[in-house]
Amino acid sequence: MGLPVGLLTVLGAAGCGSLTGKESMLQPAGPVAAAQVQLLDSSMWIMFEIFVVVAAVLIIALIRFRARPGQTALPPQVEGNNRLELLWTIVPALLLALLAVGTVKETFALNASPTMKNSVLVDVTGHQFWWSFEYPGYGNLITANELHIPVGKRIVLGLTSADVMHSFWVPKLGGKTDLVPGKENYIWIEANTPGIYYGQCAEFCGTGHADMRLTVDAQTPQAFAAWVATMQHPVSTPTTALAKAGYRYFAQVGCSTCHTIGGTPYAGVVGPNLTDLTGRLMIAANLIPNTPANLYRWIQDPQAVKPGAKMPDLHLKSKEITALVAYLEQLK
Amino acid sequence: MASISGTANLDRTGEATAYRGLMSWLTVVDHKRIGQLYLMAGLLFFLVGGVEAFIMRLQLMHPNGHVVSAAVFNELFTMHGTTMIFLAVMPLSIGFINAIVPLQIGARDVAFPRLNALSFWLFLGGGLLLNSSWFLGGTPNAGWFNYTPISGAQFSPGLGVDFYDIGLQIAGIGTLISGINFLVTIVNLRAPGMTWFRLPMFTWTTFVTMILVLFAFPPLTVNLFLQTFERLFHAQYFNVAAGGSPLLWANLFWIFGHPEVYILILPAFGIISEVIPAFSRKPLFGYVSMVLATLAIGFLSFMVWVHHMFTLGYGPWVNSIFALTSMLIAVPTGVKVFNWLSTMWGGQLRFTTAMMWAVGFLFTFVLGGMSGVMLAVAPADLQLNNSYFVVAHFHYVLIGGSLFALLAGLYYWFPKITGRMLSERLGRWNFWLMFIGFNVTFFPMHFLGLEGMPRRIFTYSPGFGFTFWNQVATFGVFILAAGVLALVVNVVRSAAAGERASADPWDARGLEWSMSSPAPAYNFAKIPLVRGYDPLWVEKLHGDGRMIAAPQAPGAHHAPPGMVHMPRPTIVPLLVALTLVAAGYGFIFSQLWLEVLALLLLGVSLHRSMFEVDPGEYVRVRPEDEEAMSAHG
Repeated sequence: MGLPVGLLTVLGAAGCGSLTGKESMLQPAGPVAAAQVQLLDSSMWIMFEIFVVVAAVLIIALIRFRARPGQTALPPQVEGNNRLELLWTIVPALLLALLAVGTVKETFALNASPTMKNSVLVDVTGHQFWWSFEYPGYGNLITANELHIPVGKRIVLGLTSADVMHSFWVPKLGGKTDLVPGKENYIWIEANTPGIYYGQCAEFCGTGHADMRLTVDAQTPQAFAAWVATMQHPVSTPTTALAKAGYRYFAQVGCSTCHTIGGTPYAGVVGPNLTDLTGRLMIAANLIPNTPANLYRWIQDPQAVKPGAKMPDLHLKSKEITALVAYLEQLK
Repeated sequence: MASISGTANLDRTGEATAYRGLMSWLTVVDHKRIGQLYLMAGLLFFLVGGVEAFIMRLQLMHPNGHVVSAAVFNELFTMHGTTMIFLAVMPLSIGFINAIVPLQIGARDVAFPRLNALSFWLFLGGGLLLNSSWFLGGTPNAGWFNYTPISGAQFSPGLGVDFYDIGLQIAGIGTLISGINFLVTIVNLRAPGMTWFRLPMFTWTTFVTMILVLFAFPPLTVNLFLQTFERLFHAQYFNVAAGGSPLLWANLFWIFGHPEVYILILPAFGIISEVIPAFSRKPLFGYVSMVLATLAIGFLSFMVWVHHMFTLGYGPWVNSIFALTSMLIAVPTGVKVFNWLSTMWGGQLRFTTAMMWAVGFLFTFVLGGMSGVMLAVAPADLQLNNSYFVVAHFHYVLIGGSLFALLAGLYYWFPKITGRMLSERLGRWNFWLMFIGFNVTFFPMHFLGLEGMPRRIFTYSPGFGFTFWNQVATFGVFILAAGVLALVVNVVRSAAAGERASADPWDARGLEWSMSSPAPAYNFAKIPLVRGYDPLWVEKLHGDGRMIAAPQAPGAHHAPPGMVHMPRPTIVPLLVALTLVAAGYGFIFSQLWLEVLALLLLGVSLHRSMFEVDPGEYVRVRPEDEEAMSAHG
């Protein structure tokens, strides 16, 4: 039994040290995530200490008190010890009280409200299987799946859902909170440094759940302001002949029933807003890189790219798809 | 016990049952054989749930895996969780409770033997109905806690969720009846001298478990009814647009769901409290504090349900309160662990396979309990909730806790249940393969959770750091599966041709070791007198090692000398369950004729079961069972 304990300890230390992935919660990049990981850390250490004590007692008992041949006399039939029993009721309770203080403190500290001072409000709506982000403070500009935020500022997210429950989770910026239909939940996040932070839906929401991903693009205030300006004056007029054809197809084949493109009459609200499509790194809710080839693949057969996607296969002809891609590639 | 009327037939042969072969199983009312049925069915469902898990691990071995589709994966994890919780671990616990508790308290059977049979048939019927969904066009796919609105008619239009609602409803009624049955049994059928503070720990934990069943299952029943009405008859309880709320389901579910996890673990605590003293040659350390801890855990288990929903946005007050109550549960649980360690301390430890499982339990359960405390820290839980860290946590408490303890119980009580010993040699293989396989599979899931991998995703992309630990976990599953195979081989071979077991093969302490293995139909030739905690041990120390018969209460009904009055076998419980299951299919497939016909037949069989008087029968006591009790009784 000593072997597994030692093994697990080594494994544990090595394992945690190697957790440097894109969604690792052990590498916080903002104050909310940092506070949460701090608590995670201290609870882990308290637990680890108790575990070492328990494991040590267990191992010593296993070695010292194993039955030996020739033992016939009964061991002392000890039935209990009030003082000891009291001790291991009180000591763990005290250790837990320690943990409880931090828990309550941070629970209140991390609470958010829509009226927080000096903050940017973004309304997040979960859909099967993508995210909509609306900025009421910036002329209600709307984008999807890639949340743009300025660094060093509190971002208050108002979370709700258009269909089933989802959960917003970008581990490096903060823990998750559910998007519940008929309810508005508020959380806040903040990024210390510019960068792309990854996350994904964390409440099972159907066939496409695993592919409902998102990124947060934390930008310098200047870059964020520039992004807002672009969004408020979108470039959506097709220039080439092919793109013009794509612009027409967008309405003819039915794309506009679901999608909005700012600066055009297209105003569907079922699917993601496409106004800043070329500015996005990924498509299909952050599943595949935003390249013309992938866009083609996606329009041609959404189900093949993302099982469960609500976007229908419209059985478009190759030339229609090519034109649509050409048009969409111009959206800025 | 069945009502004793003056018209009882004197059975010619003195045989325990009027039926033989298959019919004797279908009409069974003997708690020991019902226990065996539960254990066999539980093991079978455990294998089904295991295969589902195995396929999921294959799918997750590589990023962008293609072993199964997203839709099938969602069905797999839904059925895996539902099967393991409702149809494997719980029935295995109830199997041991059936087989052992009446023996431990000195009773001839449970209080309501026919209801006991009904419980089993309802569980089996509900479980089979649920699993038949794989073949009948629509498997539940909304996760084992089946949150609305995803499980509602709009987003899950198929039959899958109907199978879930109705299957669990039927199985749940069985569990609820079991709860009442064992509460009445433990309160009323204890042998003379078996006072509350001499009750064996396994019986104590059973008692508290059944209280939890009594109060926790009704919210589930209500929830399932609400959803059945919503899906089948267009009621609106959870639909926001119609003024309902999905939070209603979530709360009712976890008000059931959290006590449920203690329903799964408390009997395991009881088993460990029996096994460790037996193989340490010492009494259980701190018996009274163990009882109090069990009661405290049972009480607190109703106060913590929101810790499954810290992310639902109930605000800092609610989250703080439920974080504190959740942490509080660690205190009585810790008391138990330290008492077990102290029981071993200073003893003479014999490392039988049963004891190895108990020690393995201590190790893994403590790990699972600790990750549980981490999850109670609400702000940290916002990160950990619904990640693989949670998957690691509940497998540590459900496999490393409940299942390991159940296996300790299996190796310990198998001789009493079947009359044969399990092979210790295969037992070693079974233990080490499963213990190592389990840790290799589930320990890395802590890392996956910290790395940000959410649960219930059918695939992941490369580049997130998920690949390596997923591969380790899948590797571990092969070892785990080999261990399960060793278990199955051991059980099948030993049941058929294992070494014959003596009455008390472990030199153990409880009343269940005082009669022959397997126990005779009537359990005790005469109702024993309990003279202290660990009644058999008391007789070993202070008597001749055999139980003394209790003096018979004056005025009580007396069977003829050398006879015991026992309930008769009956097919009625099976008929009640069958008709209810048939009605269930009628509702799932909206077949009015089947609904009407099945409900009509259900009424008839219910009427029969309520108003039929069982005169019982006399069973002749075997001489060797007379001799197993002390003469000066």
